[in-house]
Amino acid sequence: MSKTAVAFDNVVKNYPLYHQITGGIKNFLLNIPKAIKNFKVMRYQALAGVSFEVQQGETFGIIGNNGAGKSTILSLIAGVILPNSGKVTVNGRVLPLLELGSGFHHELSGRDNIVLNGVLMGYSRTLITEKMEEIIAFSEIGEFIDQPIRAYSSGMLARLGFSVVAHLDPEILLIDEILAVGDLAFQKKCLNKIMGFKGKGVTIIFVSHNMDDVKMICDRVAWIDGHKVKMIGKPGEVINAYTSN
Amino acid sequence: MNTSLKRFIDLVVVFTDKEMKVKYKSSILGYVWSIAHPLALALVFFIAFKMIMRVQIEQYALFLICGLFPWQWFSNSVNMSPTVFLSNATIIKKVNFQRNVIPFVTVLQDMIHFLLSIIVILIFMYIYGRSPSLSWIYGIPLLVIIQFMITYGITLMISTINLFFRDMERLTVIFVTLMFYCTPIIYSESMIPEKYRIYVNLNPLAPLMISWRQLFLEGTFNWVSILVSLGYSVGFLLLGTFIYKKLSWKFGEIL
Repeated sequence: MSKTAVAFDNVVKNYPLYHQITGGIKNFLLNIPKAIKNFKVMRYQALAGVSFEVQQGETFGIIGNNGAGKSTILSLIAGVILPNSGKVTVNGRVLPLLELGSGFHHELSGRDNIVLNGVLMGYSRTLITEKMEEIIAFSEIGEFIDQPIRAYSSGMLARLGFSVVAHLDPEILLIDEILAVGDLAFQKKCLNKIMGFKGKGVTIIFVSHNMDDVKMICDRVAWIDGHKVKMIGKPGEVINAYTSN
Repeated sequence: MNTSLKRFIDLVVVFTDKEMKVKYKSSILGYVWSIAHPLALALVFFIAFKMIMRVQIEQYALFLICGLFPWQWFSNSVNMSPTVFLSNATIIKKVNFQRNVIPFVTVLQDMIHFLLSIIVILIFMYIYGRSPSLSWIYGIPLLVIIQFMITYGITLMISTINLFFRDMERLTVIFVTLMFYCTPIIYSESMIPEKYRIYVNLNPLAPLMISWRQLFLEGTFNWVSILVSLGYSVGFLLLGTFIYKKLSWKFGEIL
């Protein structure tokens, strides 16, 4: 009997359109009634009642058009935002695979950034330092590792980011369209590593527009459309329905 | 040890390391710059108040820096506060970590600069033929803790509110400048007209700055000032923490 790693129960998330507030105190004070009304009415619906469950050890793909709410789902799992209603349950240590360069500081060397990144994601400095050489070797960045990362190409940044995550032991791994960068050889290496995680029973939530990757990696796929789950099922079926849409 | 505390400490170490490296990366004089600014200010005030307006305070240069250096710690942190979360928006949106580590490190960093600048105060004391007092050994840590709490409380408060009202940035600059002239730093508290003197302690920074100067110059404490400052620090620390706790869950969506 497998346990649930991530469960969404009728999750609703809307964002207030904050321009009224960020317009500043003056704007806010001058238009208090309007501001309050706007605050209540002008909300952007990102998820309108989304439910699904991901079992432990499962690789779960999320596909859908831009703006459908895929990234909101990942943010909710990462615990960076909270739902307005409904329930998000997460069992296990979540590791987000950061998109290019976020969580990195451009003036710092690759080595310093590895530590920064690892500690941000909740690992101790000692552990990161222990794994340092392994991470550097995997990234294949070579002597660039002691250069400030503003000198890195986007491919090198992606390698660095993936390498950090690849050497920590996540229980739930969030991947948001990360494999698109990096050359073919490195992409293959990443896929191998992801397969390795699968083998070790890591739960993976995989957001991508690359249907081949989704088909190859995922056990199940959810198609998010119009802020709702349109379909959940076997990768082949869902992808067919999505692409013929 | 408690894991969230352990994590907080690791974050503090890594962030401080990062800030220090970034700050001094491409500057030859490095740490000298953090003293150069308050020293330049001291020079300006010295010319304006001692040479031109002939303020009747002995050893005015020393008098000035004993107040200006701790003030710089406060004002640097608070002036930075509106931007600290904004400039880390990408990580705040992606990773769930204790975000208050960012303002914490801002204050810590300015504290380190202040501690290093005490050397300059020692040099000035030597020039003026004074010597440090033994009471510094417990006095400095005590005042550092008090000032850390009040600075962190205010920084946490402003950095949080600024995410919701972005013009806090302008208000902060005005507020800090006003506070500076309302605090006995370039003048002594005894120069304040008698009838206004009772209001001095209404300024949360005044008793603290007065205590710093008294400690540096005379090696003594006025325990009333210490207690009043402590009260303000705890108050602002609680207020800042309260506001942060109330609003921090929204950071991920507002940035």
